[in-house]
Amino acid sequence: MIGYIARRLGQAVFILIGISLVTYVLVYLIPADPVRQIAGRSATPETVESIRRQLGLDLPLWQQYLRYLGDLLQGDLGRSYIQKTEVATLIASRLPATLELMAGAILLELLIGLSAGIYAASRRGRPADRAIMVASFAAVSAPQFVVGILLLYVFAVQLGWFPIGGYGTLWHLVLPALTLGLLGGGWYARMMRSAMIEVLRQDYIVTARAKGAGRFRILFVHALRNAALPVVAMVGLDIGIFMSGAVVVESVYGWPGIGQLAWQAIQRVDIPIIVGVTIVAAVAIVLGNLLADLVAPFIDPRIKFRR
Amino acid sequence: MRTFLTTTALALSLLAAPAGAAEPTQGGEMIVTYKDDVSTLDPAIGYDWQNWSMIKSLFDGLMDYVPGTTELVPDLAESYELSEDGLTYTFKLRKGVKFHNGRELEAADIKYSIERAVRPETQSPGAGFFASIEGFEALTSGAAEELSGITTPDDYTVKITLSRPDATFLHVMAINFSFAVPREEVEKYGQDFGKNPVGTGAFRLAEWTLGQRLVFERNPDYYKEGRPRLDRIVFEVGQEPLVALLRLQRGEVDILGDGIPPAKFLEIMNDPEWRDNVVEGGQLHTGYLAMNVTMKPFDNVLVRRAVNHAINKDRIIRIINGRAVPANQPLPPAMPGHDPNYEGYAFDPEKAKQLMAEAGYADGVDTELYAMNTDPNPRIAQAIQQDLAAIGIRAELQVLAQANVIAAGGEKDAAPMIWSGGMAWIADFPDPSNFYGPILGCGGAVPGGWNWSWYCNEELDALAAEADAMVDPAKAEERIDLWRRIFLRIMDDAPWAPVFHEQRFTMKSDRLGGPDAIFVDPVHIPVHYDEVYIEDGQ
Repeated sequence: MIGYIARRLGQAVFILIGISLVTYVLVYLIPADPVRQIAGRSATPETVESIRRQLGLDLPLWQQYLRYLGDLLQGDLGRSYIQKTEVATLIASRLPATLELMAGAILLELLIGLSAGIYAASRRGRPADRAIMVASFAAVSAPQFVVGILLLYVFAVQLGWFPIGGYGTLWHLVLPALTLGLLGGGWYARMMRSAMIEVLRQDYIVTARAKGAGRFRILFVHALRNAALPVVAMVGLDIGIFMSGAVVVESVYGWPGIGQLAWQAIQRVDIPIIVGVTIVAAVAIVLGNLLADLVAPFIDPRIKFRR
Repeated sequence: MRTFLTTTALALSLLAAPAGAAEPTQGGEMIVTYKDDVSTLDPAIGYDWQNWSMIKSLFDGLMDYVPGTTELVPDLAESYELSEDGLTYTFKLRKGVKFHNGRELEAADIKYSIERAVRPETQSPGAGFFASIEGFEALTSGAAEELSGITTPDDYTVKITLSRPDATFLHVMAINFSFAVPREEVEKYGQDFGKNPVGTGAFRLAEWTLGQRLVFERNPDYYKEGRPRLDRIVFEVGQEPLVALLRLQRGEVDILGDGIPPAKFLEIMNDPEWRDNVVEGGQLHTGYLAMNVTMKPFDNVLVRRAVNHAINKDRIIRIINGRAVPANQPLPPAMPGHDPNYEGYAFDPEKAKQLMAEAGYADGVDTELYAMNTDPNPRIAQAIQQDLAAIGIRAELQVLAQANVIAAGGEKDAAPMIWSGGMAWIADFPDPSNFYGPILGCGGAVPGGWNWSWYCNEELDALAAEADAMVDPAKAEERIDLWRRIFLRIMDDAPWAPVFHEQRFTMKSDRLGGPDAIFVDPVHIPVHYDEVYIEDGQ
């Protein structure tokens, strides 16, 4: 297993170098000049050129990229043009809030999605199943900002049960996590339902039922473990996605996560932050997938690590 | 030299609370919200409207403005004198002013701070403001280590010699880039000084949690009696303007740093409960349509005049819910030199069509209009597009991100027309010359410059230089008159179609007190942080 992890991490390094190259070139293609952005409108042409030289932006693209890559391999993501701070510091400062929201969102979407999906599968074709499928469809299609503002308006502004946005206590976390949890829950419910239905059709379930196993026992002991595999893979993906930030929800609730940082950087063409967040997000997606693949054999012993 | 004491006293008395009101209380805390994190609080580097005013509360310069006005007064300087030849300013420093680290401010700090802003390593966007100081080129090119024009005969005297007379120089001494910083702290923090600012200002930085909040607390050693009035200001960042408004209405927030969200503007202004919490004021802003005078068809002055006649400014102002007043000249009404009697080009499509025919474009012409992609600018650009179509100018819209529009404007033959919204000129300091050089003078008509109409009238450049050499305070009126004439001459050549001057609308909580002028201060945005106070139990 250790050999497997090492091999996967080795692959990840190449993936990350590839991603950094693509991001760097794409950002370079933006027809905006970052130096003029830094220098502001009152700068003399000499000031502009001097800043360009100091930042090494007068070098050809490949030299700039190699320089960036060299720093990156030493863990240096560069300095933000606008915020004038180390990009690594900025991302690190956003990490606690990002992780907190990620944990809350994944917990809620699993709770909502799995219970709804299992229940729907066990009631297949009946009104409860239909109602859950309609609700999950609505949840999947609803735009995040609509749900976000709706929850905020009803539960924070009108009812006053929760603070109006912000970060700090567990109370602050509830609404943003619920917004993400409801929407993600819709996906999980649909996925869980179809996986369960698939499993419930298998011969061994019929056998178990014939042996007189109870409904609960069949659902949770015999079926759930086999139906859970796609869910695990999806949680792995979710970790990666949430690590790169829940941009919309973070904006609505003023949640100081990585998504908010990225969104502000995009609006201000703060290239080092844009590239830095992209790379961190890529790392998170690679690690999330790896984690899901590592957990899979424990759930389904038929899956083995290939040497 | 005129004395400043009398004028200051007069201005302060104008600002004082209405007769009979109790003296404002000192103390309390105010909460200000912003969408974006604060970039830097280094006075040599910070140059956006969000940190501009915050820096003014943490640091001081030799000069400042009377709160709520554009009138210059000495600040760190107690007094100053100008030599006969108009080239040497001698500033006498106030004694006993202390940096937040406890050390007393000395003349050497002023010299160090200005030289730091000019030095290329600092990467200050404001270095160019100091170009009239003797020795500027030597320092920027690396030939010298200091500005030969700044000397410090003793600890409380700063002598600044200019290489040419500069009537705007005292404004430059009030601009953030000139503010005093302590060398030992700058060297201690290096590039991170902007996150660990130490100045002499009314407030000092107590806390900065990246992405979440900043806290300013009263500087107990501040030299100005009775200021600041608040004990603390908490800046909460990362707050959507819409959510911030809801919080203000619930009493959790005192000032909306990003202003009233446009979607809610009319609702608030029509709501009797909230209307009175909004203070309206002018600002030193002009939104304009720049026409590139080196590109067809705008190389023809008749076409440019036709465009000026074609634009329905009232309709455009309706698009932005009336948050502006129509413009007919480059200078905004609050700027000295604005001519209230100038009539400008009236909205007259028939006349515009006539001019187009005279210019030889009776059959119309195809061109492009660049605009920034954030609301309401695309909608404004569409309105302009329709107005121009009515007189035969078929403009294709190029709606792009801010940086891309700015890049196109800085190229000589890229953008025939640019709507300036979202990037429009807001003055760095309240003097008409600041509306000329970079955006209408020959100096700005260079690759990468901000003169997007590439208008370069050497005769006017000479007049501008003449006006800025009129340093004698007795000639101040005459100088402003000359500027007024320059801007009206520009309107004859019509490189711009001025469209509107944005108004400011500051929304505040019920708790906040202070004269209205403090909430729409022409130099401090959104409010003058040192002057506002909490109304106590009234």
